Amino acid sequence: METLNIALPKGRLGEKVYALFEAAGFPCPSIKENNRKLIFENKEVGVRYFWVKPSDVAIYVERGAADIGVCGKDILNEYRPDVYELLDLGMGKCDMCVAGKADFVDDRNRTLTVATKFSRIAKEYYAAQGRDIDIVHLNGSIEIAPILGLSDVIVDIVETGTTLKENNLVVLERFLPISARLIANKANYKFRFSMIERVKQGLKELTEKNK
Amino acid sequence: MADLLSVLTATEKISLSLRALYAEKGYGQYKMSKFEEYDLYAKNKEFLTSDSVITFTDTDGRLLALKPDVTLSIIKNTKESPEGKTKVYYNENVYRLHKGTGAFRELAQVGVETMGDVTEKDVVETLLLAKESLNLLSDATVLEVSHLDVVTGLAEAYGLSAQGKKEFFLALADKNEQAARSVAEAEGLTPEQTENLALLTTLYGKAEQILPLLSRFGADEKTKTAVQEFSAVLTALLNAGAENVYVDFSVLNHQNYYNGIAFKGFVKGVPTGVLSGGQYDRLMQKMKKRSKGIGFAVYPDELVKIYAGERK
Repeated sequence: METLNIALPKGRLGEKVYALFEAAGFPCPSIKENNRKLIFENKEVGVRYFWVKPSDVAIYVERGAADIGVCGKDILNEYRPDVYELLDLGMGKCDMCVAGKADFVDDRNRTLTVATKFSRIAKEYYAAQGRDIDIVHLNGSIEIAPILGLSDVIVDIVETGTTLKENNLVVLERFLPISARLIANKANYKFRFSMIERVKQGLKELTEKNK
Repeated sequence: MADLLSVLTATEKISLSLRALYAEKGYGQYKMSKFEEYDLYAKNKEFLTSDSVITFTDTDGRLLALKPDVTLSIIKNTKESPEGKTKVYYNENVYRLHKGTGAFRELAQVGVETMGDVTEKDVVETLLLAKESLNLLSDATVLEVSHLDVVTGLAEAYGLSAQGKKEFFLALADKNEQAARSVAEAEGLTPEQTENLALLTTLYGKAEQILPLLSRFGADEKTKTAVQEFSAVLTALLNAGAENVYVDFSVLNHQNYYNGIAFKGFVKGVPTGVLSGGQYDRLMQKMKKRSKGIGFAVYPDELVKIYAGERK
């Protein structure tokens, strides 16, 4: 049997996702050993898991190094990888939001400055409203941009809103619900169809039960 | 001769064996210049994979482009014979934006075009040739076929709005069943219509398995005709002994240019498609031609990965 390569996002979400794969009948006990290994294989079941940076999952899958993987809808919308999006796993739920200082009022007479990690999503969101914007692309700590006057607002994912609150920011608009998705490489999908379909069906039954 | 062969790179060997195959099947070679007037691409931007084109001004002030595509030039420069047929093959380099590097790249492309009075027989012949091309490249290949008029016809017959259609086609290309269901819900479709859209999104399998299921997509006269056409083509392929032909409606060529049969070829070990083609009667109409067209292209550069080991 050929091994199915599965890219999982490192971190809390990845552990929850792995638990789902395990419950669906694709366990790999060695993954729970506390070490720094990144690749884990269970030859009997025919799966090989690897932990990668969440934003890199789509790259591994698009380039075929992983047959399938799990990544957030935010990554799919931002990078538009050429992959199949087979299933919404209903976990890692959050929203793509516009946030700013509580007293922020949008003056449409001037260009709005937006700080974000998600340039494409922000651009498309404002383009749909015909709003002229300037984008400040940041890679982290987006929340401090409005406080330091680097931007008027930010576009970012918000789960609980705690980080925003602690930095005196409020959600001005929630415009895109995000959750974890099962994705597949387009070519590998053809050659490992029955195995990928088995994984998908197993996960689908569990997600529907968890609803 | 053996010495000559040994100096060829993997890409060159692929190109040559494909050319030999097409010449043997009666296709004439089409040679063209590296440049074309930019206007041709400006008018047909959506036909290209990207709207970025390398342009330069010739000494007489004309704006020229390094060609990003071959099909447009062949259509433009080939004399029409609506009753007869023009069958050509080409082996050219095109210049396209590479997604990974964001820079332009030179890409080899070998392909065939049949223009004129294209009948079902020509469609089947082109698909068989595509299958034969894939077999030349590897032992493990898949040719997947779709029929655009089934897809667009069904969206039309169910009365999807412009936005609904856009979202449904995206869902279809992504094989995203849940997204297809939400489109159906937002558009107020009946449970049966919803199931059909969901099935169209997930349907994948060998032609012989899928054939009996196709009739459920015949929602009105137009889609019924499309289903009949599709079934006839698939049956002819099976009768001709073609193996590993799959039905997959996620193969979506741009509907402004393509219609009818659309197809893609995959080789095990290569993460993207290596062959792509379809019927382009709409493009012919846009370019003021009365005849029909079908063709496909193979991208040898994509294949180099799996041949890398053989060069030693």
